[in-house]
Amino acid sequence: MSDSSPAVDERLKSEGLGARIMKRPELGAIAGVILVTVFFLATADAAMFTTSGIINFMTPAAQLGILAIGAALLMIGGEFDLSIGSMVAFAGLFFAAATVTFGLPLVIAIPATFVFAACVGSINGFIVIRSGLPSFIVTLAFLFILRGLSLVGLKLATGGSTQLRGVRDATEGDWLAPFFSGDAFGGLFAWLAEKGIVETFKNGNPKVPGLPIEIIWFVIIALLATWVLLRTPAGNWIFAAGGDSNAATNSGVPVRRVKISLFMVTACCAALVAIITVMDAGSTDSRRGFQKEFEAIIAAVIGGCLLTGGYGSAIGAFFGSIIFGMVVIGLTYTDFDQDWFQVFLGGMLLIAVLFNNAIRKRVTGER
Amino acid sequence: MTEDTKFHHGDAPNNAAPIVEMKDIEKHFGNIIALAGVSFDVKPGECHCLLGDNGAGKSTFIKTMSGVHKPTHGEILFEGKTMDFSSPRDAMEAGIATVFQDLAMIPLMSVTRNFFMGREPTIGRGPLKRMDVARMNEITMTEMRQMGINLRAPDQAVGTLSGGERQTVAIARAVHFGAKILILDEPTSALGVRQTSNVLATIDKVRKQGIGVVFISHNVRHALAVGDRFTVLNRGKTLGTAQRGEISPEQLQDLMAGGQEMAQLEGSLGGTV
Repeated sequence: MSDSSPAVDERLKSEGLGARIMKRPELGAIAGVILVTVFFLATADAAMFTTSGIINFMTPAAQLGILAIGAALLMIGGEFDLSIGSMVAFAGLFFAAATVTFGLPLVIAIPATFVFAACVGSINGFIVIRSGLPSFIVTLAFLFILRGLSLVGLKLATGGSTQLRGVRDATEGDWLAPFFSGDAFGGLFAWLAEKGIVETFKNGNPKVPGLPIEIIWFVIIALLATWVLLRTPAGNWIFAAGGDSNAATNSGVPVRRVKISLFMVTACCAALVAIITVMDAGSTDSRRGFQKEFEAIIAAVIGGCLLTGGYGSAIGAFFGSIIFGMVVIGLTYTDFDQDWFQVFLGGMLLIAVLFNNAIRKRVTGER
Repeated sequence: MTEDTKFHHGDAPNNAAPIVEMKDIEKHFGNIIALAGVSFDVKPGECHCLLGDNGAGKSTFIKTMSGVHKPTHGEILFEGKTMDFSSPRDAMEAGIATVFQDLAMIPLMSVTRNFFMGREPTIGRGPLKRMDVARMNEITMTEMRQMGINLRAPDQAVGTLSGGERQTVAIARAVHFGAKILILDEPTSALGVRQTSNVLATIDKVRKQGIGVVFISHNVRHALAVGDRFTVLNRGKTLGTAQRGEISPEQLQDLMAGGQEMAQLEGSLGGTV
C-alpha cells in the first residue's frame, strides 16, 4: 500500500512475504523439486547428482518439458490437447520423410514441419471453437487419427516398415543441424574438464561432452512463455480466455484467435520435440511420443495449472517436467524397482491437484 | 402516453442536449414483441433510472442501446446523429459502456489484469513490446482510490473482492476508458445494504464527472436514492418519465407492477414491499 492512500482498510491484515509466495502458481512445483531432490539425495546413488547424472535426468525432462510448456499455455487458455503425443509421431514422420524420402535440406524441412504442425493444430482448434465441443473429446479423436496416420504414412514411405531410418545420414553436415541435435558448448565443457572442474574419463575427455541441445530449447521456451504470459497483452488474453471466455469476449479479447493460436503453438512444441528426437535417434517410428500427452498434462498440473483454465504458469510446468525427469531416471539410481515410477507419478498428480485446488480457493478468497 | 398521467417527459434541470436519444424503439423476436415503442434519453451528468418488473423489457432495451440487438423499428440518436450500432464493440467505441450483471470480470485474475483486459497499454517495440505493468498498476490503484476503494495491492485477485467492490472495478474501468454513457444492469440486485450504498455512492461520483448513467433496477428505493429521472417500463412500453421529487415510491411501485393487484398486495403485506 502506497503512502498516498488516504486510509488503510483496518480489516486487511498486512500480507507477509510467506503469504505472497503462497499465491504463486509455481510454488507447488518448486516445493516438489526440493522434496524429490531430498528424497533422492537420501536414497539414490551419489552419481545421480554429478554433472553427467544431472544431464541424464534433465534430457528426458527437457523433451517432456517442451511439450508441457505448450500444454500449460493451452490449459491456461482453457483448453486441452490430448493429441500432442501423436502429433510428435506425425510431425516426426513428416520431418523424416522430408529429409530422407525427399532429400530436402533442413532449412526447408524444419520450417515446413512447423508449418505442417501448426496447420494440424489449427484444425484441432478450429473444430473445438466452431463446434463448441469440449477440447478433450475433439483432441482425443485426433490422438487416434494422428497415431493411425503416422503408422499408415510410415508404411507408405518405407514400403511396409513402421520405422523410417537414415535421418542422420541425410542431415549430417547440414549447417542447421547443430541447432536441433547433439550437444552445445562442447568447447566450454572441454575447457572445464581441462581445468578439472567437471569429471573426466581416463583419457582426459569430459564425461559430459556438452549440454544437450534440448535442454537449451527447454530453458529458452520456458523463459519465452513466461515473458509472454506475465508481460504481454497476449498473455493477459490467454488468462482471460481461460478464466471466462464469455467475459473476455465482452471485454474485447479476441478469444477465438487466442485459442486457435494456442493449439498451433502446442502442435509446434510437439514438432520441435519430434525434430530433436528424430535427429537424435536418426530414425522415426510410429510409437514416438506415445502417452506423452498425459505426461505433459501431468507436468503442467504439477506446475500449478488448473484443469478449468485461467490459472497456471510456464515456470511451474518447467519444474513439473524436472520432477518428472528426476523420478523416471532417479529410480534407476536407487534400490527401488523402477516400476514404482508410475505409482510415484500418479501420487504426485493427486497431491498437486489437491494442492492447486486449495491454492485457487486462497487466491479467489472462496470460503 | 395518456394525458392523465402525472409524468411528463424532459425538462431536466440541466438543459443539456441528451447524449443518447432513443425514439420509439421496437424490438420483435419472431412473433414476440419485446419492446413496443420505447422512448428514452440520457443527458450528461444525470442518473436516469430505468425501472420495471421482470419481463418488462429492461434487458432487451439496454441490449438495444449497447449494440447487442438491432431495433426492429425506431431511431437511436447519439450526440444528435443517427447511429446504427452493428456490434457491442461499435457502441463501446462510441462511448456507451455497459456493466452487465455478470460483470465481464475474471475472478482468478488480478484487478489490474481485469481492469485492462483487452485494452492493455504497451511500451517498447517489435519483439520487446510489452505491457506497461507499472503504469497499469498505478492507474488501477488511482482509479480505484477515486471510487473510494483501497486495494491491498494491484495484483490482488478480483475473486477476493466483495460484490460491491467488483461492481466498482467494472464501473471504474468503463469510466477510465472514456465512457460517455454508463449502463448499469441491476448493479445492486445481489448486494447487501452496505455494498449497495457503496455502489450508489459510486454512481453519484460518476455522474459528477459529467457521464450519463443509465441505472436499471427493480428496486424503487435504490433508484430513488440516486436517480434524477425515472422511466418505468411495463410490458414493453414506457409508462412515462418523472423528475426527481415528482413521484413517491408508492407511485413508482404501482407503475412497475402495472397498477394490478399491487394495492391489494401491499395492504396484506403492510406496505413493506
